[in-house]
Amino acid sequence: MGSIHIDYNKCDLCEVCLETCPFNAMEIVDSKVVINAACKVCRLCIKSCPNDAISFVERKRQEIDKALWRGVMVYVEHFMGQIHPVTYELIGVARKLAEKINHPVYCLFVGHDIEDRAQQLLYYGVDKVFVYDKEEFRQFRVDIYTNVFEDVINRLRPSIVLIGGTTNGRSLAPRVATRFRTGLTADCTKLDVKGNTDLVQIRPAFGGNIMAQIVTPNSRPQFATVRYKVMEEAKRGNTPHGKVQLMDVDDIVLKSDIKILDIREKEKELDISEADVIVAAGRGIKRQEDLVMLERLADLLGGQLAVTRPLVEVGWASYTRQIGLSGRTVKPKLIITCGISGAVQFTAGMDGAETIVAINDDRNAPIFNVAHYGVVGDLYEVIPELIGRIEEGENGGL
Amino acid sequence: MSMFTFCLVKTYKVKYNLYIDILKGGRGVDILVCIKQVPATTKVKVDEKTGSLVRDGVESKLNPYDLYALETALKLREELGGSVTVITMGPPQAQAIIREAYMMGADYGCILSDRAFAGADVLATAYTLSQGIKALDRDFDLIICGRQTTDGDTAQVGPSIAEFLQIPHVTWVREIKAVDEHKIVVQQDMGDSYAIVELMYPCLITVDKDILEPRLPSYRLKLKTADRPIPMYSLANLEDKDEERYGLNGSATQVERIFPPQENVHQEIWEGTSEQLTSNIFNMLKDKKYI
Ligand SMILES: Cc1cc2nc3c(=O)[nH]c(=O)nc-3n(C[C@H](O)[C@H](O)[C@@H](O)COP(=O)(O)OP(=O)(O)OC[C@H]3O[C@@H](n4cnc5c(N)ncnc54)[C@H](O)[C@@H]3O)c2cc1C
Ligand SMILES: Cc1cc2nc3c(=O)[nH]c(=O)nc-3n(C[C@H](O)[C@H](O)[C@H](O)COP(=O)(O)OP(=O)(O)OC[C@H]3O[C@@H](n4cnc5c(N)ncnc54)[C@H](O)[C@@H]3O)c2cc1C
Repeated sequence: MGSIHIDYNKCDLCEVCLETCPFNAMEIVDSKVVINAACKVCRLCIKSCPNDAISFVERKRQEIDKALWRGVMVYVEHFMGQIHPVTYELIGVARKLAEKINHPVYCLFVGHDIEDRAQQLLYYGVDKVFVYDKEEFRQFRVDIYTNVFEDVINRLRPSIVLIGGTTNGRSLAPRVATRFRTGLTADCTKLDVKGNTDLVQIRPAFGGNIMAQIVTPNSRPQFATVRYKVMEEAKRGNTPHGKVQLMDVDDIVLKSDIKILDIREKEKELDISEADVIVAAGRGIKRQEDLVMLERLADLLGGQLAVTRPLVEVGWASYTRQIGLSGRTVKPKLIITCGISGAVQFTAGMDGAETIVAINDDRNAPIFNVAHYGVVGDLYEVIPELIGRIEEGENGGL
Repeated sequence: MSMFTFCLVKTYKVKYNLYIDILKGGRGVDILVCIKQVPATTKVKVDEKTGSLVRDGVESKLNPYDLYALETALKLREELGGSVTVITMGPPQAQAIIREAYMMGADYGCILSDRAFAGADVLATAYTLSQGIKALDRDFDLIICGRQTTDGDTAQVGPSIAEFLQIPHVTWVREIKAVDEHKIVVQQDMGDSYAIVELMYPCLITVDKDILEPRLPSYRLKLKTADRPIPMYSLANLEDKDEERYGLNGSATQVERIFPPQENVHQEIWEGTSEQLTSNIFNMLKDKKYI
């Protein structure tokens, strides 16, 4: 930590730094270069200065004793006691991290009537599951869940805490991290740990256009959230390991300022923007019935069917399935477009997909400019054959 | 509750299903909205050599998600009376978004700007904002934040402010169900479920997009507010003047490196018989573990 310093004896007002700064944070005020609040401390000005007039002044600060913080803790996400699968994925990474630095893996489980479910976690290679079981914890309420977190962290002093990047997890994590005046890195896609127990966190920002590597070098615990379906889940073992420990808390911890008047489980509404796999149909489809074939492919791949605008206009599909400028923006891991030309109004809604496969019989269709795998062929031949091969594999073949 | 005797005069059904109970008389609600200036485009690139961000132009705009927060505040004020204040932490240029908020109907605004605030992570940003909110010296009933920004994109600042101010918070609010001068009832997205939640003031909510349709800045208000001042607060105006708690120094996280995502520039075009094509697709799907 520290700040950027300008040596005015060396500065000759050449303005190179003003042009270099990507944040417009350098200005000339009263014939002097000054740095304003837009500075992101990226230090590019230091490199750019031909006169070596700019430097970074380190500030010494008291270092914490990292050895006092041990363990990788996973927060068990659940709905009314039903464990959310992101939990097993977090346990998967937690075990890898813990092994590298030889720390134990803990779970924190807060809810009501959850002891049996807590026992289940012992099959996934965790050392201890701390259970806070109270009527008051039946439903997620961020204030009292934070209190519990405070209690368990004060008792255990874990080095790393992982929380699922779910709607509730993303509400809880910043509250807890702030209570401990420590760092929280959002939506990590990759985690590693250094020998000195510093967690190396990689996350996308700017809508996925850049990646940042972030550390929490001088505070503990180190908090990170990870979205569902990003990490590989821990495999269930045949025998349990470790133990469940029931925890008690003072009544004061249970006092919530959040009153839940009603809670309703969501109807499973269609949301193509959440889908990991999408099969998209365009006007290359001749009849509405033929969509069944594409739906079947989507099913086999665990995905959803989506369409271009013309198919919505003729009433073959509902608007909620439309991708594009005037429809939904999707960012699946895989999208297979079938009989879609690739108009910009369509591609604007899907070009962030990780893998794009395009099936079109016109070699010059613009969709091939955005596709990673361009398949020049008739969808009426390719799709049924593909479905056949996948079904074959599923029926015990291979 | 029995302490208060309310007199419900009317229930309006406002556009977009916002049901609001209106109370007779009273002081209304004082609402604070946190807004941030973000780059006008997220199509940033990373300079491979220097590892820094390169932007097309330097244009900035008001974080689009904050428009929903502001709209919610303005609607509540229309119904209950009271005031809407906007606050931002950022460089002096960020005054532009306070001006924009005035044109949409905000009553007061304030910018927190100081070199000492530069390089802040979520923790330092939320601390600075919480100090700024205290310095405004107005007992806000309700604080509203956007769900996230389009640059840092963490969605963490709102809950962190609430913790610093020691007030309850609720995130991902999709609808305001009821509101009066003492409490607010909201519908909260909880992932697998929706919860109807009641909070007494003071409290903080973060609103999801689509809660209401944001209004456009008005020309009439532009003229009317052209001379309205935008007070700028620096470290000297805050209660806690310890530089160690702000900006880069007050940040717990540190960005070590910025790099471009692995570009999927790999492109293949397959032509041939449908059998060959099918095999190609099948093998690729298998390699990538989709089947
Ligand atoms: C690539 C990159 C990655 C980063 N990753 C992290 C990280 O993982 N953890 C971390 O702690 N920091 C991180 N930072 C720093 C952090 O993003 C911001 O600097 C921080 O100031 C604000 O966070 P946000 O933009 O994510 O806001 P969000 O938390 O997404 O914003 C939510 C709401 O808070 C309010 N708000 C946010 N900022 C302001 C403001 N300046 N003024 C007024 N209201 C505001 C708005 O209502 C907004 O809608 C990162 C920065 C970069 C460049
Ligand atoms: C303001 C505005 C907003 C719009 N918003 C959207 C939007 O949100 N979403 C959207 O999708 N569109 C939108 N459009 C429409 C858009 O411009 C295109 O017209 C539309 O995307 C084309 O749909 P398509 O690809 O299905 O059809 P077409 O362009 O007709 O393409 C059909 C393709 O199928 C191929 N094909 C035909 N038969 C076969 C076969 N047997 N096997 C393989 N390939 C075959 C053809 O070669 C052709 O390339 C918008 C337009 C405007 C003006």
